[in-house]
Amino acid sequence: MSVPENTVWKEVATLADIPALGGRVVATEGGEIALLRNERDEVYALDNRCPHKGGPLAEGTVSGDTVYCPLHNWRIDLKHGQARDPDVGCVRTWPVRLEGERVFVRLPE
Amino acid sequence: MNNPVYGRPRLVMVGNGMAGMRAVEELLAMAPGHYDITVFGDEPHPNYNRILLSPVLAREMAFEDTILNDRAWYHAHGITLHAGQAVTRIDRARRLVHAADGTVERYDRLLLALGSTPYVPAISGAQLDGVMTYRTIEDVRAMQALPAGARAVVIGGGLLGLEAAYGLLTQGAKVTVVHRNPWLLDRQMDRVGADLLQRSLIARGLCLCLGAETEAITGDGHVQGLRLKDGRTLDADLVVFAVGIRPRTALARAAGLHCDRGIVVDDTLQTFDPRIYAVGECVQHRGLTYGLVAPLFEQAKVAANHLAQYGRLRYTGSLASTKLKVTGVGLFSAGDFTGGAGCEEVSLLDAAGGVYKKVVIRDHKLAGILLYGDTALGPWLFQLLRTGQDVSALRDHLLFGETTGDVRHGGGRAIDHMPEAAEICGCNGINKGTIVHAIRTRGLFTVDDVRRCTKASASCGSCTGLVEQILASTLGGLYEATARKRSLCACTDLTHDEIRDAIVTRKLLSVRAVFATLEWKAAGGCPTCRPAVNYYVRCAWPAEAIDDPQARLVNERVHANIQKDATYSVIPRLYGGVTTPAELKRIAEVAERYQVPMVKITGGQRIDLLGVKKQDLPAIWADLGMPSGHAYGKALRTCKSCVGTEFCRFGTQDSTHLAITLEKRLERMWSPHKVKLAASGCPRNCAESTIKDFGVIGVDSGWEIYVGGNGGMKLRAGDLLSKVASEDEVVELAEAFMQLYRKEAYYLERTAPWIERVGLDHIKAMTVENSESRKQLAAELRHALSHEEDPWAAALSGHITIHAQPLRVAEMTI
Ligand code: SRM
Ligand SMILES: Cc1cc2nc3c(=O)[nH]c(=O)nc-3n(C[C@H](O)[C@H](O)[C@H](O)COP(=O)(O)OP(=O)(O)OC[C@H]3O[C@@H](n4cnc5c(N)ncnc54)[C@H](O)[C@@H]3O)c2cc1C
Ligand code: SF4
Ligand code: FES
Repeated sequence: MSVPENTVWKEVATLADIPALGGRVVATEGGEIALLRNERDEVYALDNRCPHKGGPLAEGTVSGDTVYCPLHNWRIDLKHGQARDPDVGCVRTWPVRLEGERVFVRLPE
Repeated sequence: MNNPVYGRPRLVMVGNGMAGMRAVEELLAMAPGHYDITVFGDEPHPNYNRILLSPVLAREMAFEDTILNDRAWYHAHGITLHAGQAVTRIDRARRLVHAADGTVERYDRLLLALGSTPYVPAISGAQLDGVMTYRTIEDVRAMQALPAGARAVVIGGGLLGLEAAYGLLTQGAKVTVVHRNPWLLDRQMDRVGADLLQRSLIARGLCLCLGAETEAITGDGHVQGLRLKDGRTLDADLVVFAVGIRPRTALARAAGLHCDRGIVVDDTLQTFDPRIYAVGECVQHRGLTYGLVAPLFEQAKVAANHLAQYGRLRYTGSLASTKLKVTGVGLFSAGDFTGGAGCEEVSLLDAAGGVYKKVVIRDHKLAGILLYGDTALGPWLFQLLRTGQDVSALRDHLLFGETTGDVRHGGGRAIDHMPEAAEICGCNGINKGTIVHAIRTRGLFTVDDVRRCTKASASCGSCTGLVEQILASTLGGLYEATARKRSLCACTDLTHDEIRDAIVTRKLLSVRAVFATLEWKAAGGCPTCRPAVNYYVRCAWPAEAIDDPQARLVNERVHANIQKDATYSVIPRLYGGVTTPAELKRIAEVAERYQVPMVKITGGQRIDLLGVKKQDLPAIWADLGMPSGHAYGKALRTCKSCVGTEFCRFGTQDSTHLAITLEKRLERMWSPHKVKLAASGCPRNCAESTIKDFGVIGVDSGWEIYVGGNGGMKLRAGDLLSKVASEDEVVELAEAFMQLYRKEAYYLERTAPWIERVGLDHIKAMTVENSESRKQLAAELRHALSHEEDPWAAALSGHITIHAQPLRVAEMTI
């Protein structure tokens, strides 16, 4: 994933804020971001809008590299934001860094 | 109870026979690895199926095929087996058992399963060579060593004696049965039936000496003959005593354990020493001892449950049926078939055809069954006997089976008409429904598969024919098509049933435990298996399960229904659809305060506040001050009602009151899918009770109850389950029905397809006909509900969190 221009690391959460295998919403000026945490405690940040009909991905089911949208069960790849076959579409992803318990996301300045 | 010095607690089992090893198997399934297990058996073999000694004697089967657990099995399960070692002393103070060869083992728990010894009366000559009993494989070998043409006498014309006699006959011996009573099998047969049997046995070459008592056995070193009390004498090269058994209590008695006829145990199979349990023929429970495996297997299950420290089961005694394993002779008998004062008998005798059927009825219920020649009705009748159902309406065709007028040619049809609850394998207590279910869901297609998966036909084997018929009727010709089993989802190869079994028997308390123990392929599961497994865990262990909010889908996690624009709807509970002006005002104020975009009356007679933002949910719940209506869950939804007797001029019952009661008694119930109820006050059925999962219609004399109705995607009218007189009975039946549904239906299977799958008969048998199982199920549901909190209240008090507020970006950046 390429690092978007004019972005900086911002602290958004602690790991404990995000339920394992689930998600939390972060309200930012540019809109809602979904923080999603899988069983390996990897955290991903995606826009909180499903490419299908805008479902809130933070309420989805997380497993491995996938989040399943809560509205119609589309499967979105956490790493690239791509909808998995047979669905098509893409959602914007944001770089995430963990420092111990602290969660940082690279967001617009 | 973990022992720091010795590691895991130690279980020592004495008696390597059928009951004891069944208990060990049950224990391994329930709590693998809980104990270090050591087994003593004084027979020099691994555990074998004693019941099958008769077919071995008759050379219809090899001994090897009767082995239930071979040495490799003990090894694979880490069990130390001392075969050929008799335990001679129990030291309860030091918790040690001493064996004949000096071996000493320490125990934390001791299980005694010593079986019994054949009874040999004290008559002269009983100690001569060639005088024996019939209990072990060594006895079989001794009988088989008898040269053809030799003369054998069997003393005792009971089941065991006749099986010995038949076996000896097949060796080519000349066999006489000496029996004290005027007819054979007097504990299983009346005179009429015995006459038919005797004729058939005589035709096979057996000699009978009835009403005869042995005075002495004669011979010099080796037996030569025997003298009867009436003066007659018989020549004999071999004498077999089969006149009864005595529980083996000497070991326990010497250790100071309380014994009467057997080792006395309570309903948990515990002896008077809390560390010592006992099962099998050696025990005496509520004054009774048992000599058939079915009750012993029930005991084994209960004992294992307590050894595993689950403490959930109770043994309350058994009612057993018997069969005779002599090839070509069909006999089924159960209960008290002698009749007598206060009883009626219904019988049918076809002397030429060799068929005799008789049932004894007391107080309109079956009290005894005797079937000779044609035993196909055994399971059905035994089912009626055990459930204590009123059989008045069935009298006309009790002896012909469930369908009137149908001539029952060929067993294939008979099996189709048998209800799901009919017991097929008496030894292991397996009913038809369980077998059909296993065949369908696990893709079984041979008798061996069925044996392995259900244990049906795995003990005495006399139900093998029935199992074959069930296979044929369930699979039709399509063996291959059904061979594939359906797994829950792509994350596992296991089926719903296999997963539920494992959760119950291995006490898995969380989704994580299930995924780890059952080796899930995707560590995090998927939206199909996570909610299903979370439900199964909570259903099996209501008090102990660890709920996983992330295993719930959004609606059940947030406790509101998500809408297309990611807002939510709020439907508070309005019991029976009844509200008050004050409540309406409060709802209206809340809707205004939070600018709820739409307020709607729903199809289920509730009030829906639509378009609520997630952030506002807790505040709205608090301001409403009403419980959750669960309109978002796989849970009890609503009980629709009509006006009923309170106001309606046609009402025959107070349907509004009943609807409120039902909703209050069942609220907070989670289930495999949503559950909808309705109560109408008369057959005009204004609440649409016949398209509900559980619907009630008032009539003059009480309530008609319909189940399995559905008004959704696939319209289905409910089936009449029962008619009851009072509101209390409706509630109890509702509770029992719901619990059965909760325990048996697959996740996301509504009552309609569930009933189509398992059959209404099964549901009737469990909830209507058998009052004990009804009460048990209802109690289970009440227990489960006692652990459920109102989710909105729980969220407000912080017991659960719905993460209503979003996170904010911290000021600090790096
Ligand atoms: C609110 C309500 C419509 C209304 O405004 O009246 C409603 C709304 C929904 N129904 Fe319904 N059903 C509503 C009464 C019914 C009824 C009538 C009834 O309950 O008397 C039925 C037919 C009766 C039945 O279930 O047998 C009904 C049959 C369904 C079905 C088909 C179920 C089936 O087994 O065939 C679904 C789909 C499902 O559950 O999988 C469904 C699913 C839904 C969902 C939950 C769809 C979803 O997952 O989002 C709808 C939520 C809409 C929303 O945005 O909140 N709804 N739905 C009704 C709420 C009833 C209540 O008071 O609790
Ligand atoms: C020929 C035959 C046919 C039968 N047919 C049927 C039938 O068709 N249907 C039916 O339901 N039942 C049938 N039964 C009865 C059934 O086999 C018994 O009810 C059942 O085996 C009893 O199980 P148990 O574990 O209590 O005793 P057992 O199976 O006898 O096991 C007890 C074991 O403990 C051992 N033991 C005892 N004391 C000690 C000690 N101190 N140290 C070490 N080991 C010890 C014994 O040697 C024995 O191996 C039949 C029995 C026989 C003999
Ligand atoms: S029928 Fe039910 S599921 Fe369909 S749109 Fe209406 S409320 Fe939604
Ligand atoms: S909005 Fe996500 S799948 Fe439809």
